Amino acid sequence: MNVKEVFDTMDYGPAPEDASEAQAWLDGHKRKFGLFIDGSWTKAGKGFDSKNPATGDALAKVSQATQKDVDAAVKAARKAQGPWAKLSGHQRAKHLYALARGLQKHSRLFAVLETMDNGKPIRESRDIDIPLAQRHFYYHAGLAQLMEDELPGRAPTGVCGQIVPWNFPLLMLAWKIAPALAMGNTVVLKPAEYTSLTALLFAELCDRVGLPKGVVNIVTGDGAVGEMIVNSDVDKLAFTGSTAVGRRIREMTAGSGKALTLELGGKSPYIVFDDADIDSAIEGLVDAIWFNQGQVCCAGSRLLVQEGISEAFYRKLKTRMDGLRIGDPLDKCIDVGAVVDPVQLKTISDMVDANSDGDTYQAGSAPDGCFYPPTLITGLSTSSKLMQEEIFGPVLVSTTFRTPAEAVALANDTRYGLAATVWTENINLALDIAPKLVSGIVWVNATNLFDAAAGFGGVRESGFGREGGWEGCLAYTKPKQSPKPAKPAKPAKPISAFEGKGALQDSLDRTAKLYIGGKQARPDGAYSRVVYGPKGSAIGEVGLANRKDIRNAVEAAHGAKSWSKTTGHLRAQILYYIAENLSARRNEFSARLKDMTGKSGNSEVDQSIEALFTAAAWADKLDGAAKGVPIRGIALAMREPVGVIATLCPDANPLLGLVQSIAPALAMGNRVVTVASGPFPLAATDFYQVLETSDVPSGVVNILTGDHGELAPHLAAHMDVDAVWAFSGHAKTIEAKSTGNLKRTLVAPAPLSAREMLEHATEIKTIWVPYGEG
Amino acid sequence: MTLTDTKTSVTRLPQVHLPRNPGMALDLDWIARAQANQSAIERRAATLPGRRSVKKTHQAAWLLKAVTCIDLTTLSGDDTVGRVRRLCDKARQPVRADLLDQLGMEGLTTGAVCVYHDMVEAAVGYLEGSGIPVAAVSTGFPAGLSPLHLRIAEIEESVKAGAKEIDIVISRRHVLTQNWQALYDEMKAFREACSDAHVKAILATGELGSLRNVARASLVCMMAGADFIKTSTGKESVNATLPVSLVMIRAIRDYFDATGTHVGYKPAGGISKAKDAITYLALMKDELGHRWLQPDLFRFGASSLLNDIERQLEHHLTGAYSASYRHPMG
Repeated sequence: MNVKEVFDTMDYGPAPEDASEAQAWLDGHKRKFGLFIDGSWTKAGKGFDSKNPATGDALAKVSQATQKDVDAAVKAARKAQGPWAKLSGHQRAKHLYALARGLQKHSRLFAVLETMDNGKPIRESRDIDIPLAQRHFYYHAGLAQLMEDELPGRAPTGVCGQIVPWNFPLLMLAWKIAPALAMGNTVVLKPAEYTSLTALLFAELCDRVGLPKGVVNIVTGDGAVGEMIVNSDVDKLAFTGSTAVGRRIREMTAGSGKALTLELGGKSPYIVFDDADIDSAIEGLVDAIWFNQGQVCCAGSRLLVQEGISEAFYRKLKTRMDGLRIGDPLDKCIDVGAVVDPVQLKTISDMVDANSDGDTYQAGSAPDGCFYPPTLITGLSTSSKLMQEEIFGPVLVSTTFRTPAEAVALANDTRYGLAATVWTENINLALDIAPKLVSGIVWVNATNLFDAAAGFGGVRESGFGREGGWEGCLAYTKPKQSPKPAKPAKPAKPISAFEGKGALQDSLDRTAKLYIGGKQARPDGAYSRVVYGPKGSAIGEVGLANRKDIRNAVEAAHGAKSWSKTTGHLRAQILYYIAENLSARRNEFSARLKDMTGKSGNSEVDQSIEALFTAAAWADKLDGAAKGVPIRGIALAMREPVGVIATLCPDANPLLGLVQSIAPALAMGNRVVTVASGPFPLAATDFYQVLETSDVPSGVVNILTGDHGELAPHLAAHMDVDAVWAFSGHAKTIEAKSTGNLKRTLVAPAPLSAREMLEHATEIKTIWVPYGEG
Repeated sequence: MTLTDTKTSVTRLPQVHLPRNPGMALDLDWIARAQANQSAIERRAATLPGRRSVKKTHQAAWLLKAVTCIDLTTLSGDDTVGRVRRLCDKARQPVRADLLDQLGMEGLTTGAVCVYHDMVEAAVGYLEGSGIPVAAVSTGFPAGLSPLHLRIAEIEESVKAGAKEIDIVISRRHVLTQNWQALYDEMKAFREACSDAHVKAILATGELGSLRNVARASLVCMMAGADFIKTSTGKESVNATLPVSLVMIRAIRDYFDATGTHVGYKPAGGISKAKDAITYLALMKDELGHRWLQPDLFRFGASSLLNDIERQLEHHLTGAYSASYRHPMG
């Protein structure tokens, strides 16, 4: 076309980014890559082609790591970890700073390579992915620098196995490697098989900036290699990817003692109220669901529009969709690039093709090849499959709502809980809705904002753990071994109940029941067992709870929702009141403990009162934070209760163990279902009388007695239990069974320090509120 | 120039054949509904230049389009007839003839010449036969605080002197006090005084306090019959910006959706780089569509922009960066 013609058409025309530097880099490696292990490159082995999805061209041959390779990488990381952790924070900070600078200096090469390998528009890799990756290393250089002073009680977790997805290859690598290294860990990282190239370029950068060998190891390959890493001798696994694979990793690591964080899928709601800036909300959708071809775990993929504006909204949205430019990702004037692989394209097409509900609108037509047009499906109901399942493509589904309450209900009607977006000009509405949305992140009048300083991660089946900020770093540390072990120092070795055969001594039968929904309840199975003292005399009987009692207890706990909305001050008052009433019955509890265990109970009762005071003290003091994110606005890290927590009390210290495993949970606003100490259950059944006299609302604490081995799998499998804390063993069963709803699990020989328990009793929700007027 | 289509007797804008904006009754509910979230608007504005890029032949064509949309402007206390003459000659031949020739274009002029009332007559004379309209800033420009009857008289004088376009300034106080009825009435009076000349409403967005006010003032002026809405006088401390532009052109889009009437847009002040001009054109194209890329619906109020565009055009042809002095000053 000549100037005169374009003058009339005013078309955009091609604006290609020059790929010659990236091609030269690939040529320089003869388009073959080995693995980066212990600071050097293995010879390129058997492997597979990494392809450019936009053209189908093979870019390079990437090696499929073998078991031997993975073992070597883990060994190298293990060897490097001690010396790396022994470096001062400042020395580690300098290395991270060098990596940040290196990413910056070569930013265009990283960006072009990423776009070629992944298919995302060059605008996104250039303006979003790579700058955020740099920012992550800068931020974590700072955390390395501050670790000694600010996290004095924490030590590195050790060797970390990290598996990242193909949608943000380098950015997810940065999210994994930067915090791990900052906290003194070493890593073995596997990029996704579709997108290994920027990780390999990053490995080169590690080498160039003089990172000690073995600190970062990059192994490439498919899911089989991922499995090798999961099964290898690592201390922690961090995974970002599909919920299905996350679940599988949880199963495989069950009982292994490996720390685990999972950042999984989502079906994030995007809520537009009728007082919103409609045009901005529509533009937000471009960033929500047509960003990275919709292949974003936190994509606002479920549009909920207030009914009165829905028609106008959809009409405007369709017009906006028509303006999106789909095509060559290396073109600087493209909004939507290529889907990562034909396999993914087929998944998207199949899901959309199978749907017959609602009205489907597709903007323009996608070019031939691995492209999918921006798609809007309106008029769906919650029961439509596409409203429930993650599509992971540029497909937006939508329905309408009438009231704020209905918007919340619809938004939360999902198994996922990663992110949510709210558009309204009413700050009352926005700040009321944000805490009610079940998700790890809430964006108000914005979407897909990310920063190294702000936590990112989900609830429910979107996984657990946070990435970014101080909270993200905690996941790469463990408590330092203090010289004096934390009390109680009892090992987790199961304690057998005493045996005996004598008759009950009380003249009048006193039956310890279960405590469910604020009432004493007979066990559903109508079985009991006699509890014997150390000398074999019968001291009482307890009911044996079964799965139906668990069902009832969990229902009761859910009924006590309002506990989570009470003020910290009120919860503190009630915890103090429990302590007061326990203190009043100190002698009775002390005697009961002596009867059961043979040891004086005085000190245990006193410690229990102290533990209640500690929890009460914290109830209104575990503050959130306002994060220093680089926008005009605030990112609030709010502490929210996890929900319903099931706890299995330790065998030892039957009263203290009970108090330590429920008081922190209660302080943070959780409701609990607790199973009393197996061998010594009677302190717990006495304790419900204390609860009854202490204004604890019914259903907030539910106490079961019975066999932990029998109850543990049912608690762990219960889909409406949000977390299980087990202090009586059964780690493998609990972790394996927890995958149903991917509940949080804490398995330890005894309750952790009160402060640490608070971390387990809360989720951090990051609420982004950009502001500005005039 | 014929302003009346004899066949339909509908008044037309100069150069084109779209019906003028007849205006509509003041719709206060609509005004109250209008929202503008500043952070979100700024994000869109900030990412737009990264989303849209035109290169080579396309870039040259886009820059030439920008030239045709320029209201070549001089609004200084020291303006003289001689100064205005130079400007008018530049408007007739905005790009060196040899460059235009190489680009395969001919007969290219700027969109208009924009002057104070006292220079209208001279400008009209110098532009005779060129088809280039003269625009006059009016109504007590730039503050708009002279007596209303004088402001209206000023419009009438400028129209009588031959101005085909009148750039009026609104009373900012009506916006700041949310007195939409007063703003509407004032705008309507100005529109009537303009008669067949078309009227651009200068909102002075830098003095309106918030983007929401910009959105609402835009709607009120369109309801009262503005043919164009314009950001600034060029005399405020903040003039045309991308966020303000986004708000105003979204208002234009909403007005078009509701009434079917095309209203034009003119960012003024602070646009001095060729690259910025391309970003503005892309903004118009993406938010309003191709139709709004023509000079009857889009103008730049600019004085130094043209020189930068000339330099970029020469660079396009020679591959070497150009110098200002190689292009005749306006």
